[in-house]
Amino acid sequence: MIEIQNLTKDYGKIRALDDVSFTVEKGEIVGFLGPNGAGKSTTMNIITGFISSTSGTVRVAGYDVLENPVEVKKHIGYLPEQPPLYPDMTVSEFLDFCAELKKVPRREWKSQKKDIMELVKVTHVSHRLIRNLSKGYRQRVGLAQALVGSPEVLILDEPTVGLDPKQIIEIRKLIKALGKKHTIILSTHILPEVSAVCDRVIIINKGRIAAVDTPENLSRKLSDFSRFTITVAGPEKRVREILQGVNGVKEVSVGGKPAEDETSFIVEADKDRDVRRPIFNQLAAAGYPILELKSMNLTLEEIFLQLTTTEAKEAV
Amino acid sequence: MLAILRRDFRSYFNSPIAYVLIGLFICIMSLFFVDSLNAGVANFSSNFISSMSFMLLFIVPILTMRSFSEDKKSGTEVLLLTSPVRLSQVVLGKYLAATAVFLVLTAVSLIFPLVLLIYGKPDGATLFSAYLGFILLGMVFISVGVFASSLTENQIVAAIITFVSLFTLTSFSYIGSYVGGLAGKVLNWLAFMEKYYEFSAGIIDITSIIFMLSFAVVFVFLTVRILERKRWSQG
Repeated sequence: MIEIQNLTKDYGKIRALDDVSFTVEKGEIVGFLGPNGAGKSTTMNIITGFISSTSGTVRVAGYDVLENPVEVKKHIGYLPEQPPLYPDMTVSEFLDFCAELKKVPRREWKSQKKDIMELVKVTHVSHRLIRNLSKGYRQRVGLAQALVGSPEVLILDEPTVGLDPKQIIEIRKLIKALGKKHTIILSTHILPEVSAVCDRVIIINKGRIAAVDTPENLSRKLSDFSRFTITVAGPEKRVREILQGVNGVKEVSVGGKPAEDETSFIVEADKDRDVRRPIFNQLAAAGYPILELKSMNLTLEEIFLQLTTTEAKEAV
Repeated sequence: MLAILRRDFRSYFNSPIAYVLIGLFICIMSLFFVDSLNAGVANFSSNFISSMSFMLLFIVPILTMRSFSEDKKSGTEVLLLTSPVRLSQVVLGKYLAATAVFLVLTAVSLIFPLVLLIYGKPDGATLFSAYLGFILLGMVFISVGVFASSLTENQIVAAIITFVSLFTLTSFSYIGSYVGGLAGKVLNWLAFMEKYYEFSAGIIDITSIIFMLSFAVVFVFLTVRILERKRWSQG
């Protein structure tokens, strides 16, 4: 649906985007993750044709954004970082205006407008001036605007920024629901958002793509060693000795004591060796039952920090 | 294009700006009206409508200052430029919206000639010609104003740029006559005020109409170029 090849954008001497390539399949929800100033908004502005790239190509639904901007724009609904709203219009007037801009046929528009307003829950404020709406409602009207004309692709730049936690959950649910009909790219610097909503993550840092994968794969790939917690019923010292004796275990530390005769350990083992079976066998042979075994893969937050701070570490 | 035209036009009347402008214009013109009556009905058209045109120097910058500046500031520029509408249509929509407000103002100003028609016998043909000149002049001024407002996101700056440019443009024929030589010739050729005076004297010349319309077209075109260049800008 969206193909981006070797995208580069210079602002004077500053290279905002450096050779960025990725594709988004139809029906995917892709999260664009990166710290502030990483090039997320720049990429989105280029895809939507608001600014142009220095080099590289962007194709949406088979159309090149430079050769055929009007066709590309027809396929995209865009919610920029700052929702583009006219404060002196009512919600209803504003959406009518957007429909006219996007050339939505009048017969379709009446029912579509009703659906959109119900979907983003602005029906009850439709006759209020946008000027008088709260930030959360403005964000929703911004989203409604992107949905006008039911474009195949939705590009949402930090759609949950500035909302309260309840609204954030609502908007995420909404995006997830929209993902059934639309292809969505959303940018964020909030990590849980990505694992909550997206099928795939593109991590971008300093204008370069640092990683592309599913949220789960990313965390699996990036764990340097396999870490897990294990809770065993038995004397702490003895169990520890057994664990340390297992081939492949690198480190064992006590994580807590849930009960008098139970101990939780944090075990770090070699990456390419599964130590869970030998641990089970040996503990079973010694008569100490395993009560719990849970993997401790890196959270997205940890991955994100690892990927985006490596350069800083090297410099030190 | 029509969507933008309608929205902008309505927006002028949703805020006090259109009312204040038209009110102020009529107020000040009524003073000029009395004054030009003293100069005699025979010269009414050229006198009175010339002062109306003089007022345009102040009216147009305020009329057009928000055209693009406001969209830039509020972020709605993104909406216009990422919708499936050609850039030229965006600019034309905004230009025509400002022109439409100007035409409303012109229509309201017709009360003065009407009063005159009741109490005297002004020359209808000259009056028509002078009004035609006034409208053409307004269209040229507005194109300059819209262009200026595409340069900045600050409305006040846009208004000042417009005022200074209009002032300079209208004094081309004065400057031209002082400079002389080739530069003077160019300035004289560009001096649309000369063309405008013909209209107020009752001469309708088709080349003058075309000249003034092309002037407006050039500035509308330049506005499109400015927006396009911004898209490509490296800074």
